[in-house]
Amino acid sequence: MTAGIEDVFRAEYGRAVAVLIRFLGDIDLAEEAVQDAFTTAVQKWPETGIPPSPAGWIITTARNRAIDRLRRESTRDARHAEAAQLYAPDEPPEEGPVRDDRLRLIFTCCHPALATQAQVALTLRLLGGLTTPQIARAFLVPEPTMAQRLVRAKVKIRDARIPYRIPRDADLPDRVEGVLAVVYLIFNEGYGGREDLCTEALRLGRLLAELMPDEPEALGLLALMLLIEARRPARATPDGDLVLLADQDRSRWDRALIVEGQSLVRRCLRLNRPGPYQIQAAINAVHSDAPTAAATDWGQILQLYDQLMALAPSPVVALNRAVAVAEVEGPEPALALVDTLDLDGYHAFHAVRADLLRRLGRRTEAVEAYGTAIALTESAAERAYLERTRVALVRD
Amino acid sequence: MKYYLLSVMQPQGEPPAPEVLEEIMHNLDVFHAELREAGAWVFAGGLHGPETATVLRAKEGDVLVTDGPYTESKEYLGGICLIKASDLDAALEWGRKATVATTLPIEVRPFMGEA
Repeated sequence: MTAGIEDVFRAEYGRAVAVLIRFLGDIDLAEEAVQDAFTTAVQKWPETGIPPSPAGWIITTARNRAIDRLRRESTRDARHAEAAQLYAPDEPPEEGPVRDDRLRLIFTCCHPALATQAQVALTLRLLGGLTTPQIARAFLVPEPTMAQRLVRAKVKIRDARIPYRIPRDADLPDRVEGVLAVVYLIFNEGYGGREDLCTEALRLGRLLAELMPDEPEALGLLALMLLIEARRPARATPDGDLVLLADQDRSRWDRALIVEGQSLVRRCLRLNRPGPYQIQAAINAVHSDAPTAAATDWGQILQLYDQLMALAPSPVVALNRAVAVAEVEGPEPALALVDTLDLDGYHAFHAVRADLLRRLGRRTEAVEAYGTAIALTESAAERAYLERTRVALVRD
Repeated sequence: MKYYLLSVMQPQGEPPAPEVLEEIMHNLDVFHAELREAGAWVFAGGLHGPETATVLRAKEGDVLVTDGPYTESKEYLGGICLIKASDLDAALEWGRKATVATTLPIEVRPFMGEA
């Protein structure tokens, strides 16, 4: 594909598949039709140029292809033809808070009756247009395994009749949570180094924020991802070594992403319905406000963590709060808090403990804690960072 | 509409105390009445325990009869409820009520074809 068509594909694949699923009532058929349309585009557009409304062109072409095909195969497979009639475009608009086809599709992909991994894979496949090999690579599973997972999920959607629908207002809060969690999971998966997955998660996050402008947590999640993404250029040395937040060259942070993220945080504040994503975004907004690490308003960050603990308490949140406590009150009370947490299998727990012990001059214990953290972490960059720190501590 | 089977997954062991059981039976009656009223009712019933099961196997033109159950396990099918629902969300809504009424896990599975 040429660069122009590639861009159109990335931006419009999900929309086209979503519209075609409503029209055809069949996910596989919809995907095939949209892929056919893009194949045709690759042949035609280099000569004719990209049409003024590429998405419209793709959807119309895909729809015509699908209709031709259904007519040809109608005797062989009457079920699809029935389905096409069932989902004919003149059906009355369904009741629901929002009617965008992509929103229906994302709620279908993230239905709680599907396993989380299947939710993630389907969302990337149908809304992001990622290929099965790409998704398999991202999640470090063999391609046939991922293919099987996708087939199983699509079969369950069809046979158990998981509805292609936006949940009713009453169910929305529950289900939005699942949808946002899937997008954040994709982002976190990319944070370890798969930049394309972060890009995809941001694309989906923008989509959700656009489709659900009154859902503050959707705005909060987008803000959170933007503010974390803004630090990417400063997060590693040219050699790929991890650089901690405190040591990052802040002039390398992406100002445009920060401005966008901070304006979303302000919008959330006006909506005044705080949730975990919004608070985490606010915490990151405070970090991105500080011109230097020393100028960070840790008092405000600690207050936000208190709010987060009140709203969505968890040992991991408590651990992050302890990091803020260390900045405000010193490493000793922070260590006392950390030592009450039951997070023995979590590498970050040992890394935070190690750092606090180091700051308290308890070198032997610190070295030991670094060792445990190193053994538990799965990120090569983080392991390398922890090893460097441990070596420096032993040498001092 | 589509048929869905709600299976009640019952653990092996002592049944609950009579007063607890009485409340469960009452809740089930209310649930079944609600199904009927909504036009979703097809059939429901409890099953005797797995110790009452008999297994038949066709073998070389003959049928072998053995004492059951077919598989030994910690949970067994305690009862079923067959319902009609427009889609999985509607079926899960009934399943939710069933698990609350019975206090037991409910497996929801679609039948092939339409109702």
